[in-house]
Amino acid sequence: MVSANEEVPTGESPTIVELSSDEVLRERNAAVLEAGAGRKADHLLEVRGLSTHFFTPDGVVQAVDDVDFEVGYGETLGLVGESGCGKSVTALSIARLVADPPGKIVSGSIQFDGIDVLKLSDVDMRKLRGKEIGFIFQDPLTSLNPTLTIGYQIGESIREHLGLSAKAARDRIIELLAKVGIPRPADRLNDYPHQFSGGMRQRVMIAIALSCDPKLILADEPTTALDVTIQAQILELIQRLSSEFQTAVLLITHDLGIAAGMCDRVNVMYAGRIVETGTVDTLFEDPRMPYAWGLLDSLPRIDDVRGDRLRTIEGLPPLLINVPDACRFNPRCSYARDRCRESEPQLTEREPGHSARCWATEPGGWIE
Amino acid sequence: MITYIGRRFLWIIPVLFVVSIITFSLMHAVPGGPWDREKKLPDATVARLNAKYGLDDPIYIQYVTWAGKFLQGDLGPSYRYIDRSVNDIVADGIWTTVQLGVMAFLLSVIVGIPLGIFAALGHNRGPDYLSTSISIVGIATPSFVLAMLLIVFFAVNLGWFPTGGWKGPQYWVLPTIALAGFPIAVIARYTRASMLEVTRKDFIRTAHSKGLSDQAVVSRHMIRNALIPVVTILGPTLAFLVTGSFIIETIFGIPGIGRFYVTAIGTRDYGLLMAMTMLYAFAVAFLNVVVDVLYAYIDPRIRYS
Amino acid sequence: MATNTTVVPGQIAKPKASVGPWREAAGRLFRNKLAIVGLFLVSGLLFAGIFGPFLAPWPYQVQDLQAVFANGGRPLPPFSPDHLLGTDQLGRDLLSRMLDGARISVTVAFVVQMVIIFIGVPLGALAGWYAGLMDSTIMRFTDVIYAFPDLLFIILLSVAFRETPFGQALDGLFLVFVAIGLVGWVTVARLTRGQILSLKETEFVEAARAIGVSDRNIVLKHLLPNGISPIIVAVTLGIPVAILAEATLAYIGVGVQPPRASWGSLIAEGQKSLRSDPHLVTFPAIAIALALIGFTFLGDGLRDALDPKLKGKQ
Repeated sequence: MVSANEEVPTGESPTIVELSSDEVLRERNAAVLEAGAGRKADHLLEVRGLSTHFFTPDGVVQAVDDVDFEVGYGETLGLVGESGCGKSVTALSIARLVADPPGKIVSGSIQFDGIDVLKLSDVDMRKLRGKEIGFIFQDPLTSLNPTLTIGYQIGESIREHLGLSAKAARDRIIELLAKVGIPRPADRLNDYPHQFSGGMRQRVMIAIALSCDPKLILADEPTTALDVTIQAQILELIQRLSSEFQTAVLLITHDLGIAAGMCDRVNVMYAGRIVETGTVDTLFEDPRMPYAWGLLDSLPRIDDVRGDRLRTIEGLPPLLINVPDACRFNPRCSYARDRCRESEPQLTEREPGHSARCWATEPGGWIE
Repeated sequence: MITYIGRRFLWIIPVLFVVSIITFSLMHAVPGGPWDREKKLPDATVARLNAKYGLDDPIYIQYVTWAGKFLQGDLGPSYRYIDRSVNDIVADGIWTTVQLGVMAFLLSVIVGIPLGIFAALGHNRGPDYLSTSISIVGIATPSFVLAMLLIVFFAVNLGWFPTGGWKGPQYWVLPTIALAGFPIAVIARYTRASMLEVTRKDFIRTAHSKGLSDQAVVSRHMIRNALIPVVTILGPTLAFLVTGSFIIETIFGIPGIGRFYVTAIGTRDYGLLMAMTMLYAFAVAFLNVVVDVLYAYIDPRIRYS
Repeated sequence: MATNTTVVPGQIAKPKASVGPWREAAGRLFRNKLAIVGLFLVSGLLFAGIFGPFLAPWPYQVQDLQAVFANGGRPLPPFSPDHLLGTDQLGRDLLSRMLDGARISVTVAFVVQMVIIFIGVPLGALAGWYAGLMDSTIMRFTDVIYAFPDLLFIILLSVAFRETPFGQALDGLFLVFVAIGLVGWVTVARLTRGQILSLKETEFVEAARAIGVSDRNIVLKHLLPNGISPIIVAVTLGIPVAILAEATLAYIGVGVQPPRASWGSLIAEGQKSLRSDPHLVTFPAIAIALALIGFTFLGDGLRDALDPKLKGKQ
């Protein structure tokens, strides 16, 4: 491969082979992958202007629209929002797991540990998946292959990425199972997923996600499908393991309580957009836009008067086809004014580390 | 698991029992008798023959006699081919029929399943159209029409294969293809549908998220899971092969037991008829149990529960 | 605030008003190209079968012997005057006979499925709803039927009752259709049972029971309407099986008797002169093929349209 400045040895006058920027990036990516572990950038994950659209017979669904955020090394970032706001699709986009067709990442950039993810070849992308990026999916019953033993399924990533001997791999699998809290791991290696309870299955999924010591774990509603009593255990497990291995976690959830307990920072998503971001403290103490107020307000409180109605946000999220240039929350917002319908607010910083997207709460807006 | 298998096999016995009763009754409900010929035999002769073979006894006695002999492995005399017992007739032809059935089954599976897999993997592209076209031909063409086409093109016009008989491997080709045509189409379609459904399952996404190559995902995760439901149609496929073989045997003049199927009814050959029915019913029932057991075995959710 | 806003305020699109599940399914069906082909073929068959015999140029049994003699004693080829598809050795117009065959196939399709539905659905529902002993008994019964070599049973039945008034109905065809139905109801019964079993435990059934809805009404008004989709698909896909069975039987001479003309019997008759007059076999074979393809595509389309899970998640 000729680099941009090397002279081509031919009989004729040397020419400089101009490489496209894509190729340069690919080369650099390859070099980074080869070099292995280490911090290559300011943030582990930098997402800029990510847009993922679904091309359906009914129209183009703009599931994720111009989304920016970062995840620091070892940080736990929460992505919070209602069903359908685009948070799962965002996570899938990072690992390029969006089903194509009908989904497509139409624009934006994703930098992972200094590597431009969107420019990677398929082969190189696969080197990232499972090894540097681990995934925990929502429903462990359907996310595990029912016809393969859990030992095999955990070992798949190990065999694929780490090249360990059979014995070393087996030891590692047992070690992982023990770490995620599965009793008698050596005995249960050859069991099938249906022989485990829901909570145990999710622990297996966590073991799979952690198997190659990834830098980032994408956890998509990891406890939603579990009993409430088990939820706490699983969350605690994720938290403990991620700090032990210094793994960053992108935690996707619709449950504010979970986000508050687990995350360092939180991004609130609505209708494919990030509408507020901040640390857990600032966001929960002093949210700066009506949607966030509504979310926090809708949490039942222990000091609520019994018999009072629960507070909800009226209305439904919008359809994400042909979205006009306006605040997407405005039909449900009790503070909405004409400005909100005419153009969409930008995400602006209100205090260091805390941004919100709302005309009303901006300096000079109509809410204090 | 063992008790499950055992129970399933034991159930075959009462099923066959009921089948034998129904067939016996229907058989004797058919007007006419085994002695009907073009030229009517004198009544005295008929009466003598009936007495000799016990056909003038009450029906239930006849049945019990037959059942008794059957359980001892004696299939009785043939009423048409007077010098031969049914045991002889069956012994002569059964292995040929079985061989034809086995070959057709193997062909169906060996061609049908890969066809379905490739169609699913090349969804809405070349391999899919090719496989679907073959499937369409298979389901749209009755076996006797397919047999006719094969004979006209490959035996008569091209002369590559003989038109009938069973005297060597080249005689096996056309009948096997004719019999396997429909099952290939059904199996291919079913496999394709099953593969496409598996593609949408969550655990496939998990497999991709581990960074496995497409090939590994397909071979290790998709195919296994897709084939499990396909096993369920193997039962009806085998039943089709068992009962449909007689037409192919008739067209190709194959010396199996299938050709006696329809003629035995026509000639009211009670002995042969009962034997044929019991054999076929046993084959179908047995094979269905085998398929069910296989299904329970390969799905770990059932095996370990 | 801007005072002269000329920009039309944007409207956030409201979520689409939800259409009923049947309308949605119909929408999916009509977007499916193969299903449209199937629908087209099936409609063609229905039209030919119902109206064809009235539109046929000749009654199916009439022998135009003059034309045959004029042709040197040979069947007329297609595109002869007065005989669009030609004739057979006896001068019977092939097109008209094929229309009779269409009528037979249409009748097969419906009569057989009626038998299957009237036996299979109630038995399956009983087995699924009451479970226990009733379930076991009915399932054992289906095992027996299932083990029966179908063709043998049909032939036996047909021959056994041929002379009875029952057997004489519709030129002996009624008997054949009933027989085909009698061996074919097992799949539908099992399906119905499965649907009832899985829906029985759902919450809306619990709710209905809590209100005091009678068992019969729960099954008829709640379970069946919800569980009916796979049954519809099975019935549609069962039609090619029935048509094929009838054609095979006719081919070996059971069921349809001349001068009536099932496509299967036409093939059997035409077989003898296959090399000299292939049209006698080709046209009925094509007709069978189109009928089988049509119902299969339609059945596939219905299955894809009615089962929302198969349409993939987004």
